[in-house]
Amino acid sequence: MSTSLTEETQVTDAAVSTRLSSLDTLESEAIHIIREVVAEFEKPALLFSGGKDSVVMLHLATKAFWPGKVPFPVLHVDTGHNFPEVIDFRDRTVERLGLKLVVGSVQEFIDRGELAERADGTRNPLQTVPLLDAIQQNKFDAVFGGGRRDEDKARAKERILSLRDEFGQWDPRNQRPELWNLYNGRHTVGQHVRAFPISNWTELDIWRYIERENIELPGLYYAHEREVFARDGMWRAVGEVSQPRPDEDVITKTVRYRTVGDMSCTGAVESNAYTVSDVVVEVAASTLTERGATRADDRISEAAMEDRKKDGYF
Amino acid sequence: MTTEAVLPADLETALPTTLFRFATAGSVDDGKSTLVGRLLHDSKAILADQLDAVARTSADRGFGGDKGGIDLALLTDGLRAEREQGITIDVAYRYFATDQRSFILADCPGHVQYTKNTVTGASTADAVVVLIDARKGVLEQTRRHLSVLQLLRVAHVIVAVNKIDLVDFSESVFRGIEADVQQVGRELGLGSDGISDLLVIPVSALDGDNVVDRSERTPWYTGPALLEVLETLPAADELESHLESFRFPVQLVIRPQGALAPDAVAAGLDAEAYRDYRAYAGQITEGSVKVGDKVSVLTPGQSPRTTTVAGIDFAGASLQEAAAPQSVAIRLADEFDVARGDTIAAAGTVREASADLYAALCWLSPKPLREGQKVLVKHGTRTVQAMVRNVSGKLDLATFKLEAASNLELNDIGHAQLRLAAPLPLENYLHHRRTGAFLVIDPLDGNTLAAGLVKDHPGDHEDERYSI
Repeated sequence: MSTSLTEETQVTDAAVSTRLSSLDTLESEAIHIIREVVAEFEKPALLFSGGKDSVVMLHLATKAFWPGKVPFPVLHVDTGHNFPEVIDFRDRTVERLGLKLVVGSVQEFIDRGELAERADGTRNPLQTVPLLDAIQQNKFDAVFGGGRRDEDKARAKERILSLRDEFGQWDPRNQRPELWNLYNGRHTVGQHVRAFPISNWTELDIWRYIERENIELPGLYYAHEREVFARDGMWRAVGEVSQPRPDEDVITKTVRYRTVGDMSCTGAVESNAYTVSDVVVEVAASTLTERGATRADDRISEAAMEDRKKDGYF
Repeated sequence: MTTEAVLPADLETALPTTLFRFATAGSVDDGKSTLVGRLLHDSKAILADQLDAVARTSADRGFGGDKGGIDLALLTDGLRAEREQGITIDVAYRYFATDQRSFILADCPGHVQYTKNTVTGASTADAVVVLIDARKGVLEQTRRHLSVLQLLRVAHVIVAVNKIDLVDFSESVFRGIEADVQQVGRELGLGSDGISDLLVIPVSALDGDNVVDRSERTPWYTGPALLEVLETLPAADELESHLESFRFPVQLVIRPQGALAPDAVAAGLDAEAYRDYRAYAGQITEGSVKVGDKVSVLTPGQSPRTTTVAGIDFAGASLQEAAAPQSVAIRLADEFDVARGDTIAAAGTVREASADLYAALCWLSPKPLREGQKVLVKHGTRTVQAMVRNVSGKLDLATFKLEAASNLELNDIGHAQLRLAAPLPLENYLHHRRTGAFLVIDPLDGNTLAAGLVKDHPGDHEDERYSI
């Protein structure tokens, strides 16, 4: 069957486009979803942390509306424990694209006594309250996220348009069936929708796309020397909010980050991948998942992500 | 890290992989989760930390008795309730890749709400793998599954006769089941209608026979292993990009009115030159389009307006042609008023929009459908109000006969007639997988009630089915 198709493509003018690469197909699907959400919702926003998935999302948005402006603001939930170079990257990107940035601050909620610091010091799970508050305050009815189904087993069950109730909760057992490319984003007052246009991308797709499109990322995604100490089987960076205990030795290693979250729970991996093509090779050969390798918050239990998502997490 | 094994040159010189979407469907206990686990495991999509977690759980549950072993079915459980109850509740999406292809697998649970899940998984699938237990053969549920796949006109249907090891790799058992499957296929028109093909493969998901590699234990089977089949079948989009009938539902209008994106300005675009720029953004749902092609703009309530394609733009690049499923922005030679909900189509290939909708409805909601009910119909990029005029029958999926019925309940598939508040460019689903599909939505809570497949008006001449 494939032979006859090849013969056929030689005589059709559309030869090139009939065999779209998987990256082109994924890009096309994501842009279709982004445009649908913009067309059907009153006030969308894009979650933008400066992490690679959100950077790819923003890149897709610029392509979807080119040569026009990206027609929505970006929203960042700042844990107060972010890597300074990532915050710097976030601000430069927002400036370069002329976007409006809305920040929800975990620190402000802690200072007001509306959130309590956790015993383990990680602030990732604390992002839910400021996130939902920012959505409510700004009356966002759709929020784009860079979540991918290959990241986690709860995310594997997520819809592309996912309804959240008045409390921002996700009900995995009561999701709308999603058929063809017809996305149903209808919601009642108080509800909102999370949109995941890159649901079907894998970590390797993301990196191949970053390479192909020449997309700039924060430097810590590439190999660099850093002072680190070993904790929970990961290399943790030494920083203001991430200090070694007396029994943890600080050493200098060549590392990179596979995910970029809160400094207090994100680990680095030893790596000599200095360029994007090095990273593509490294990810293709990796024997560990990105979250398993680098996220303390997902090691809490088998259902850590599911529990956070039910409460309204990204 | 063992990065030495892969050279960058290998990646750069390799041909770009294509994307292939498939779904799995099966009855309870036919080993579907094991098959999915086997495909993921043998194609090395399962990484060490995931495998460790599954090995721990397998040991905790005493899987494999004293010998131990890994329960591959655990790889596909996503939610806490699923792991606790040992069942799959909802469609789960899995990803793996070979040198040829990237795969998206929609793993559809078999026992609860199988119609709902199979319809959902099949709606985007290029192929569906239906599992049969070799010891049980074709069951009523197999007939139901094949019936749904025929209705949704899935391009490739693959029947995996699983647990072939438990019938001692018997050729006669396999041939018997194969003949039964082909018989059901003939009754349905599946595999012989020129739209779909039907393949039957003997496998053992537990041991891996004919899953990734051909098995030496089935010497009488000379066909390809399951993964070989999945690697070589043409994707539905590839097939549909060849169709004559270019279709492009307009999502939105890109009209910067001189206010260009800063990165567009940085790239050297002159804002003044783009003052009158106006392009229609959307995704091509079938066929292909070239600059200079004659097209019709279909606006509900108006007669089609014909013009030519002046340009095809995508993120700063000007394309000479584009095909399904590309997302692009199209400029037209004439300054028509075109908006979201309109469709741009190859001139002379569309029939008149209609407010009378005849359809097969797959009912997906616990709220039953009743005659006279007001609903919303979402078709392409347009949503209109509609009223259910009548339900003309309900399909018995086991006998493939239409039975009298006046309402539809969860998991029913029936025929109904709806009256639309505004005409839509409806097309027969049989020939147009995208423009023949619609959603029925509850106007009260916004939930999706049904998947709709447009049928020809009764009495209309049934078009000859096209051959792919």
